[in-house]
Amino acid sequence: MILIAVISLGAIGIVGALLLYVASKKFEVHEDPRIGQVQAALPGANCGGCGYAGCAGFAGACVKAESLDGMLCPVGGAPVMAKIASILGKEATAAEPKVAVVRCNGTCQARPRTNMYDGVKSCTIASSLYGGETGCTFGCLGYGDCVKACNFDAIHINPETGIAEVDEEKCTACGACVKACPKGIIELRKKGPKSRRIYVCCVNKDKGAVARKACSNACIGCGKCAKECPFGAITVENNVAYIDYTKCRMCRKCVAVCPTGAIHELNFPPRKEQPAESKAPLAESKAQTETKLPTHQPEAAQETTSSIEVKEEIKK
Amino acid sequence: MLRTFRIGGIHPPENKLSAGKKITAIAAPKQVIIPLSQHIGAPAQALVKKGDVVKVGTLLAKAGGFVSANIHSSVSGKVNKIDNALDTSGYRRPAIYIDVEGDEWEEGIDRSETLVKECNLSAKEIIDKIAEAGIVGMGGATFPTHVKLMPPPGNKAEIVIVNAVECEPYLTADHELMLEKGEQILVGVTLLMKAANVNKAVIGIENNKPDAIAHMTKLAAAYQGIEVMPLKVKYPQGGEKQLIDAVTARQVKSGALPISVGAIVQNVGTVYAVYEAVQKNKPLFERVVTVTGKAVKAPSNFLVRIGTPISTLIEAAGGIPENTGKIIGGGPMMGKALISAEVPVGKGSSGVLLMTKEESVRKPMHDCIRCAKCVSVCPMGLNPAFLMRSTVYQNWEMAEADHIQDCIECGSCSFTCPANRPLLDQIRVGKAKVMGIIRSRKSK
Amino acid sequence: MMENSLYVSPSPHIHGGDSISKNMYGVLIALIPAFLVSLYYFGLGALIVTLVSVVSCVLFEYLIQKFIMKKEPTITDGSAMLTGVLLAFNLPSNLPVWIIILGALFAIGVAKMSFGGLGNNIVNPALAGRVFLLISFPAQMTTWPLVDATAAFPLTYTDAETGATVLSLLNEGVKELPSYTSLLIGCHGGSLGEVSAVALLLGFAYMLWKKIITWHIPVTMIVTVFVFTGIMHLVNPEVYASPFLHILSGGLMLGAIFMATDYVTSPMTKKGMVIYAIGIGLLTSIIRLFGSYPEGVSFAILIMNLLTPLINMYVKPKHFGEK
Repeated sequence: MILIAVISLGAIGIVGALLLYVASKKFEVHEDPRIGQVQAALPGANCGGCGYAGCAGFAGACVKAESLDGMLCPVGGAPVMAKIASILGKEATAAEPKVAVVRCNGTCQARPRTNMYDGVKSCTIASSLYGGETGCTFGCLGYGDCVKACNFDAIHINPETGIAEVDEEKCTACGACVKACPKGIIELRKKGPKSRRIYVCCVNKDKGAVARKACSNACIGCGKCAKECPFGAITVENNVAYIDYTKCRMCRKCVAVCPTGAIHELNFPPRKEQPAESKAPLAESKAQTETKLPTHQPEAAQETTSSIEVKEEIKK
Repeated sequence: MLRTFRIGGIHPPENKLSAGKKITAIAAPKQVIIPLSQHIGAPAQALVKKGDVVKVGTLLAKAGGFVSANIHSSVSGKVNKIDNALDTSGYRRPAIYIDVEGDEWEEGIDRSETLVKECNLSAKEIIDKIAEAGIVGMGGATFPTHVKLMPPPGNKAEIVIVNAVECEPYLTADHELMLEKGEQILVGVTLLMKAANVNKAVIGIENNKPDAIAHMTKLAAAYQGIEVMPLKVKYPQGGEKQLIDAVTARQVKSGALPISVGAIVQNVGTVYAVYEAVQKNKPLFERVVTVTGKAVKAPSNFLVRIGTPISTLIEAAGGIPENTGKIIGGGPMMGKALISAEVPVGKGSSGVLLMTKEESVRKPMHDCIRCAKCVSVCPMGLNPAFLMRSTVYQNWEMAEADHIQDCIECGSCSFTCPANRPLLDQIRVGKAKVMGIIRSRKSK
Repeated sequence: MMENSLYVSPSPHIHGGDSISKNMYGVLIALIPAFLVSLYYFGLGALIVTLVSVVSCVLFEYLIQKFIMKKEPTITDGSAMLTGVLLAFNLPSNLPVWIIILGALFAIGVAKMSFGGLGNNIVNPALAGRVFLLISFPAQMTTWPLVDATAAFPLTYTDAETGATVLSLLNEGVKELPSYTSLLIGCHGGSLGEVSAVALLLGFAYMLWKKIITWHIPVTMIVTVFVFTGIMHLVNPEVYASPFLHILSGGLMLGAIFMATDYVTSPMTKKGMVIYAIGIGLLTSIIRLFGSYPEGVSFAILIMNLLTPLINMYVKPKHFGEK
C-alpha cells in the first residue's frame, strides 16, 4: 500500500520535473546579464526621469547604447553613472546636477484672488477651465499636480503662499513635476555652485501693466535686468525675462535692479558691505527704480498712470 | 409616442423663467470688445488697426484657416486698440476694442422688416455668402456653418435637421426666436436645403414648447419638404448625435461625422442668421441672448450686439442680485462659469444665467458606490465611473478602449451621481488627453 | 464687491439632488413591511436582534472610522444601518446577543472597513457576516423558534419550541410542508426577514418606484431558480420539490431583492446584471438541490460578488452607434 503511494507520487514528481525542465529550456529568454547588473546599480525609483520606462528600461538602453553620451539617471547622478560605466566598460560623461525650480512668486499677498474655484482640486482640470483664481493666468494654481507627480516627496504647496516649493535636498531633477504642471512653470535648472542660483521667478506673458495689476511680484518685462547683465544672459521675450543659466555668472546685478523683485537668488550668503566702486552705481540704480516705479504702492492703476507721467515728463 | 433618442438621458428641472418674454433690443454700450476667437478652429486675423473708423457690419477680421470664421463689427465707431481681453474661455485672448460713435450701418444691409422669400443664388453662392457673413453654430458649439455645408467627398447629405430643441434648462432664446421670426426661419431652412442639395428638412422641437410647435407647424404647411417634429422632453436632445437619432433613428458611429448618416444639423438661431445673411446681406454681429436666474428681477430675452459686456445685459434685466454666487455663460448643464461680468457676448453666447450662492457651491464628494446610475443616463452609452477611474490612474489605453473620446460632455453623469463625484471634470481631461494621443498616432 | 466672490467650476452647474443617504434610507423604507411581519411572528426576539445588529454595526463603523481610519465618520449616510438591518434579517430571532455583535463586527470590520469602507468592499458585508456566523455557529444559526400563527408579537419562546425551515425539512426528506399561503404571508420558520414573500415584494415595488434599483437582478435571479428547479421537478417530482416552493421559501426573495442588488457588489451594466443574476440563480439551485446545505442563496451571492469586477471588466454598456 505504502509502496504504491510512494511510487505513484514519485512518478508524478518526476513527470512534473521533466515538464518544467523542458519548458524552461524551450521558452528560455536570452537576456544580457549586464542588464541585471546595471539595474542593480540604479536607484530603483522607476521615476522615468531618464526618459525611459522605469529603471529596467534605462538599464536595457544603457547596455544597448554605443556610448553613454546623453544617458543620465538624474536620481543617482554622477556616482551611479560612473558605476554603470565601469560595469559596461564605457565612458561616463559628466553631467551637471540639476534641480527643479518653480518660477512663480505670486504669493497670496501679492496676487489678490478674484474668484473662487469650486471644482476638483487639480491644476490640469482648473487650467482647462480657465486662467485661475487670480488675475494672473500664468501663475501657480496651487492644487498640487506636481506634488502628486513627485515620487520623492520633494515638492509641496506652501500653505502660506499657496505656491509649490521644491525641497532641494530631496529633489532628484527627474522632471516628473515639469511634465505634470499644466502651466509650464517648473523648470529644471543647473543646481549651481553651492546650490546657488539666480532665476526669474515669473512666467507672466501679459503686458507690464496687466501683469502688475494681477500680481505685485510679477515680471513686467521692463528689460532693466537685460540691460544690467554684463554677460548677456538675460533675454526679454513676450513681456517676460529669462535668465540663461549657461551664461549666468551669478553677479546678482539683475536681482538688485528688478523693480518688482521677480528675480530670485537662492542660497547666497547675506549681502555684506560691498566694495565702494560697485556699491555706488547699484545704489543709484536702486534710487532710480524707486522714483520711476514706486514698488510698494498697492494700487497698480495709479502706478501705471504715474509711470506714464514719468514718460511724458521725459518727452518734454 | 413622441420620438426621442434611445440611450440614456435625464430630465433636469426646466426652469424656463424667461419663456414668453418678447425679444427686446439692447442699445450698444460705449465700448464693445470683440474677441477674435468666437468659434472652434483658428482665430480670425484682424484687418483693422488702432484708429480705424468702422461701421456696423464692417469686416474686422478674416477667417484664419479652413475651420475659422470672419468677424464683423457690431457697432460703428473707432478702433481703440487690439489687445488681450478676458473672454468666455477664462483666458486673456486677442480682441478688438471699439469705441462706439453713433449707429451707422454698412451700405447694402437691408434693415427693413419685409420678408424676402425668393432666392436665385446657386448652392455655392449661398455657402459663400454664409462664409462671408461669419456664421457659426449658435447653439454654443460655434462650429463654422459653411464648413458643415461642405461635406467631405464621398458623403451625400439627405436631410437638414434644424435643432430647435433647446434642451438646456433656463434658456428660451431659440423658443422666442421661433415665435417671433418663424417665417424667416423657414425661409432660412429652404436656403440650407438648397445649399446642401436636399429636399427634406425636419425641425425638431421638444414638447415643452407647444406654442412654438403649433406656430411652426402652421407656417411650415406653406413650404415643401419641411416637417415640424415634436420630441419628448429629454436632455441632451440638443446634442447633434442625439438629435439625429431622435429624428431619423440612425446612430452616427464612433468617430464619424453626422454627414455619414446623411444628416446636416443646424441650430435654429443659426438658420435665422443664414436667412439674414443671404436675403438681407447682414453679417452675424448680433444675436438673441437669454438673461435668467432664480434671483434675477426680470428674466428676459435680449437682442444683443456681439461684444457687449455681459454686465450691460444683467443691468437691463434688473441688475445683479445681492447674493449672486455664479455667473454662467450658457445654460446650467453645459455653460461655462465666468470670472467676471465684464466678459463680452460672443457668437456662441446663448444665455447668461445667474445662480445664487446656495445654488453655486458643490456638495462634498464621496467614494463611488457603483450604483451605475451614471451608466444608465449616459446618452453615449459609456461608463462614466470607469472613465473617471481610468483618467485618475492615467490608464489612457483603457480609457480609449472604453470610448472616452465619444463623450459629448453633456454632464448627465455628474448631474445624476448620488456620491457627487465630479465625473465630467475628470472625463474631460482624459478625453483631451486621449484625443491628443489619437491625433499624434494618426499624424505618424 | 461681488467680483471676488464668484464661484467658478466646470459644468454641469446643477445637480439632481440624489445622494447616497437617500438611496440607503430608501432601501430601509422598503424593508419596513418585512420588519413588521417579523415583529408579528417573532415578537420581542425580532426587535432585540434587529436593534442589537443595527446599533453594533453603526457603532463599529463609527469607532473604526474615527480611531483606526482617522477620518470623518459617515454613519449618517445610512449604509451601516442598512447593513445592520440586512444582517438581522438573515438571523434567527432567538440568537444570543453576543453572537449578533460578533457578526456585526465581522460584517463591518472585516468585510467593509478593511477594504476602505463604503464603495470599496468586494462582498456584501451583511452576507459576509451571516456566512461567518453560519460557519462558526452552525447549531445556533439553524435553530429557529416555532411560529404560531395565532400568537401575534410573542414575548418569549420556550426552548422546546424550535422549528425548522421549509428547506431544511426538504433536505431531510420531510413531506409535510407548509402551504403556499403561509409561505407568502410568512407563517413558517426561518430567519427574521425572509419569511414573508409578500412583504418583500412590497419593498421591491417601492424601490422600483423610487428608481433605487432596476428589475434586472431580482427578476432574472428568481426566474433562473424557477426554471432550473422546475426542470428538475419535471424530471423527478419525487426527489425535487416544486419550483413554486423554491422561489417562495428560504432567503431567495430577500437575497434577490435586497442582497444581490447591493450597488457596490453588483455589476454596473444591464447585461452584466443579467449574467450576474443568472449565476446566482444557478448556484443557488445547485446548492439547494445537490449540496449538503439546505440553503444556498448567501453562498451563491457571495461567489458572484467576487466575480463582479470581472463582469464589469468584460461586459461594457452598448455604446452609441454600435450595432
